[in-house]
Amino acid sequence: MGPSSTQTPALHSDDDFGPLTDPTQFVGTLNVDGHPADRLLAFLDMMLRIRVTEEVIAELVESGTVKCPCHLGIGQEAVAVGVAACLTPRDRAFGTHRSHSHYLAMGGPLPGLLAEVLGRASGCSGGMGGSMHLIAREQGFWGSVPIVAATVPVAVGAALSARLGGVDAVAVAFFGDGACEEGVVHESLNLAASMRLPVLFVVENNLYSSHLDIQIRQPAQSLSRFGVANCIDTRIVDGNDVLAVEAATRELVERARAGGGPGFLEAVTYRWRGHVGPSQDIDVGVRRSMVDVAAWLGRDPVRRLAEGLIGRGDLTPEELTARRDRLREEVTAARDAALEAPWPEPSALLDLVYAAGPVSPFQPQGLEA
Amino acid sequence: MTEEISYGDAIRIGFEYLLGTRPDVFVMGQGVWSPWYVGNSMTDLDKKFGRERVIDTPVSEAACTGAAIGASLFGHRAVVVHPRMDFMVLATDPIVNQAAKWAHMLGGLSRPAVTIRGIVNRGGEQGAQHSQALHSWYAHIPGLRVVMPATPTDARDLLIAAVLCDDPVLYIDDRWLYAVSEPMDPPADVDLRDIRPVVRRTGGDVTLVAAGHSWLLAETAAADLAGRGIQAEVIDLRVVNPLDHEVVAASVAKTGRLVAIDGGWRTCGLAGEVIAGAAERLDPAVWRSRPVRIALPDAPAPTSRPLEATYYPTAEHVTSAVLAMVEETPAAGARTARAG
Repeated sequence: MGPSSTQTPALHSDDDFGPLTDPTQFVGTLNVDGHPADRLLAFLDMMLRIRVTEEVIAELVESGTVKCPCHLGIGQEAVAVGVAACLTPRDRAFGTHRSHSHYLAMGGPLPGLLAEVLGRASGCSGGMGGSMHLIAREQGFWGSVPIVAATVPVAVGAALSARLGGVDAVAVAFFGDGACEEGVVHESLNLAASMRLPVLFVVENNLYSSHLDIQIRQPAQSLSRFGVANCIDTRIVDGNDVLAVEAATRELVERARAGGGPGFLEAVTYRWRGHVGPSQDIDVGVRRSMVDVAAWLGRDPVRRLAEGLIGRGDLTPEELTARRDRLREEVTAARDAALEAPWPEPSALLDLVYAAGPVSPFQPQGLEA
Repeated sequence: MTEEISYGDAIRIGFEYLLGTRPDVFVMGQGVWSPWYVGNSMTDLDKKFGRERVIDTPVSEAACTGAAIGASLFGHRAVVVHPRMDFMVLATDPIVNQAAKWAHMLGGLSRPAVTIRGIVNRGGEQGAQHSQALHSWYAHIPGLRVVMPATPTDARDLLIAAVLCDDPVLYIDDRWLYAVSEPMDPPADVDLRDIRPVVRRTGGDVTLVAAGHSWLLAETAAADLAGRGIQAEVIDLRVVNPLDHEVVAASVAKTGRLVAIDGGWRTCGLAGEVIAGAAERLDPAVWRSRPVRIALPDAPAPTSRPLEATYYPTAEHVTSAVLAMVEETPAAGARTARAG
């Protein structure tokens, strides 16, 4: 399998992705020419960190240790990593039900994620949220929630606040192809474009909502048409190519930072596991087949980058294994620590409903004069 | 002599105070540049404070409310205006699932300090989708404070309190009150946590409880009843979530009679909640009469003029209910004798 180009197919038609939905295409080694090794190794490490963490979470679900719904994004790691590479902790990212990757890629602490999934007080949300309600404010990740599309207008407001406050920050809304069937996404695209707000809409098109494939749900597979319809600068990328995701994001983010208005990034990808839970079968998919799943494993974003690094001599197969093993140790140590951590105090149930006392623990940020 | 200020103008004065004293306040919503939408409650705010901070928006209730929530996470005191509460239903996800829950489900690390203003605008044969008062719905939601100003001073002060509050607040004003006026002191900061139900008229024969426009019905009925020798105690709830039951319970402990008046529907509504709160707190022997709720019939608002005329509660309904109660247990001495 020879190196293939990482360039984005030039597609802007309504209904044709060309080869992007064909899992036998875009499977080759990434072309790493011109990219410094340390940066690529950081991408690789982060994608591996997300994957290994989710594998450990899958084990916790399988063993019954974790009960809360866990939506795993194994196979989709390159989207979060490529986008987050273009952001800073001052930026304002928001996620979905499937946001372990976004949280980690933004720099959210690993122990806080595992403790949160386990419902412990040391979790990133104090043990009150579980897998679907994550936050890492200091790293620029401001919240994930499972109501489909709910954070999309919230990100628009984060961008509005940045502009009103004169803060150099862009907002990012991660969402999925299913969210594009929610009306509020279209309201949000229109609002952001009308006000030329610094917000990036990142849709991870994994071709499935919970159980239905996109061809049953929409008249065209490509979601970029919604960005185009709202006069938003729009890109389609191979979402399993971290370099393509990063390159397209950088263009859109830099434009937004410069006052050029919102961007819309469609990253075509595929989830390897079920909609929710650890299963590696066809899950609840009405027309999902193991043939498709197996084919999509061939477009593995981790392998494609690792091969590029190995091919250039920046990494050996042994080093790759060692990196993976080290991450596994780190994740399992965080898991074991979380299992020893206390549960939230019973008082948290009522104390957190309203802001406590005259001095709120919340310190607003972003209005620096 | 202090100038009389109308309810509608008092809201505008509240906005002026907030926008003038707090650079972190901004307002967005449909029609905020237009008196056709918001009456005199926001007149010329855009001219005075600029259209960057007083933002008229696309016809997108959900996105605009979600955006106000998003802005509020970053230190802005955002206000989103819904000129008619019926249309605010389209923003119920951001209000109920997002604003009300983020603080709790994110461990107190997120504070959507947003104010959502929903205007009740009904009557005039406007019909089922231009008439609703949905405060009871929203008051059901933990984490969402709900305020209903009844007087011009509260129209201003509860707006200020809502915007300065660190929690999401639904502020509900009623176009039927816009012409009511009273003298008032200059505006100042108000802490919403200090706002409790208030006894606006004292009396020993019956307790009338209401919020928002319904308070005007209670007050009008109480004045009428006073002329008939019946002294009604009138309580304005002001904040309907979280609901403070103690002021009502203390009053009913004295009067033994309770009428709850509500501009919303009868079933699962505020009036029923008020009665339940008192029932749970008081000894059965306290009650001189079964409590009564006066609320909308369980039907959508009609457009037909004669049907509409029978639809909304009036002060006469309140007066009649009280007269029937007092007739049932006529003598003030009856309770004294029983207690003795």
